[in-house]
Amino acid sequence: MTAGVEGRFEGPLGAFRLAADFRLAPEGITALSGPSGAGKTTLLRCIAGLIRLPGRLYVDGEVWQDERRFLPTHRRPVGVVFQEAALLAHLSVKGNLLYGARRAGGQGGFDDVVELLGLSALLPRGTQSLSGGERQRVALGRALLTRPKLVLLDEPLSSLDAGAKAEILPYLERLHRSLKVPALYISHDMGEIARLADHLLLMKDGQVTPGGPVRRIADQLAGLSPEERDGLALAALRAGLSPEG
Amino acid sequence: MGEVVATTLRLAGLTTVLLLVLATPIAWWLARRPVWWKEIVGAVTTLPIILPPSVLGFYLLVALAPQSPLMALLHPFGIRTLAFTFEGLVVGSMVYSLPFAVQPIRNAFEAMGPRPLEAAATLRASPLDAFLTVALPQARRGFLTAAILVFAHTIGEFGVVLMIGGAIPGKTEVISVRIFQLVENLQYGEAHRLAAGVVAFSFAALLAMLLIDRGWERALK
Repeated sequence: MTAGVEGRFEGPLGAFRLAADFRLAPEGITALSGPSGAGKTTLLRCIAGLIRLPGRLYVDGEVWQDERRFLPTHRRPVGVVFQEAALLAHLSVKGNLLYGARRAGGQGGFDDVVELLGLSALLPRGTQSLSGGERQRVALGRALLTRPKLVLLDEPLSSLDAGAKAEILPYLERLHRSLKVPALYISHDMGEIARLADHLLLMKDGQVTPGGPVRRIADQLAGLSPEERDGLALAALRAGLSPEG
Repeated sequence: MGEVVATTLRLAGLTTVLLLVLATPIAWWLARRPVWWKEIVGAVTTLPIILPPSVLGFYLLVALAPQSPLMALLHPFGIRTLAFTFEGLVVGSMVYSLPFAVQPIRNAFEAMGPRPLEAAATLRASPLDAFLTVALPQARRGFLTAAILVFAHTIGEFGVVLMIGGAIPGKTEVISVRIFQLVENLQYGEAHRLAAGVVAFSFAALLAMLLIDRGWERALK
């Protein structure tokens, strides 16, 4: 068993069939991209234990799932940021941040996370009046405060407009630099991926293929003529990557 | 007259508390289980809304009478019959008002959707923990509605309490039955005082519910 994350899930889910085999490095953000309906969110939910499909999953040398065992979600040290934040509406921002922190064994690092994500002014507020970008920052902080060994982000920026995206991206870049655990980041947006991710996984029809380190892809793009770049973009489109949305 | 009011309030209060406890797991199960036959259970719990109170009262009387199989089960506990007793009235009121407790709570659980519970699970909350700290507080409007409806409905019930209670003063005589008897005896003045009291009380209860609801809404902002 190795450090990092190693997993395999295979099974039907309604008409869809997931057959995903993947690895994540012990550190860094891995982007997971691919067309809608490829099974990205399904894979993320399997990793979080929110769906149970046959397979195995090892995280940082621990078994989260194999033939005999299945850790329920609340026993997995996983931090999840859902597409629409899914803040607990009956709690304040601070209540949301502390909900997981208390259950994960303490409020250590609270100030650091509040500082990292610029949350101090939001703490006493209710969640209903937050902007989209603020909600995602709170969701991210809440996930980090559970001391996760793996962070999962399901298109956290997809519901935001361009302004809100621009506002939250610097926070995500800061997070990227300070994050000590692997993260899986679902996104369609190649610009976002180039800014935030170290590695790329592509997904299509329920299967995962490694896309390699993002930096190398970016470097390759930089060395190409505009015509070649367009050609590559077309090829990527055919492979199921969309430039946005 | 104080005795009648006390019996009525005691009956309504006890019914409300017990029914909220009973209806919560039923509503939870109905809201969360994706099986088709749950609607059979849903229909059974809703049936008291459309059944005539006399039909319900008749079968309750049969069930609570000394010879019934239900009472046979209670014999070991020293209970021979619940007909014409206060306890029997509580049981009857709970059956009668069951839909008014289950429906609002079920709707609240369904409106919440699975997402808050999933989020709670990813924040290390066990299913019971998530139920107590996320589902219950998020469904509180459903509980408030259920409590007010059950309380008011119990105060307003007439046919069922008449059939299984028998209007024994101090034990099973409630306001609605007393008003009926007063009117039958042409004691309109007395009937007015009780009836107007019920109207005022019901209005105050509804107003309180709306104000509490508004306060909660504002607290979330």
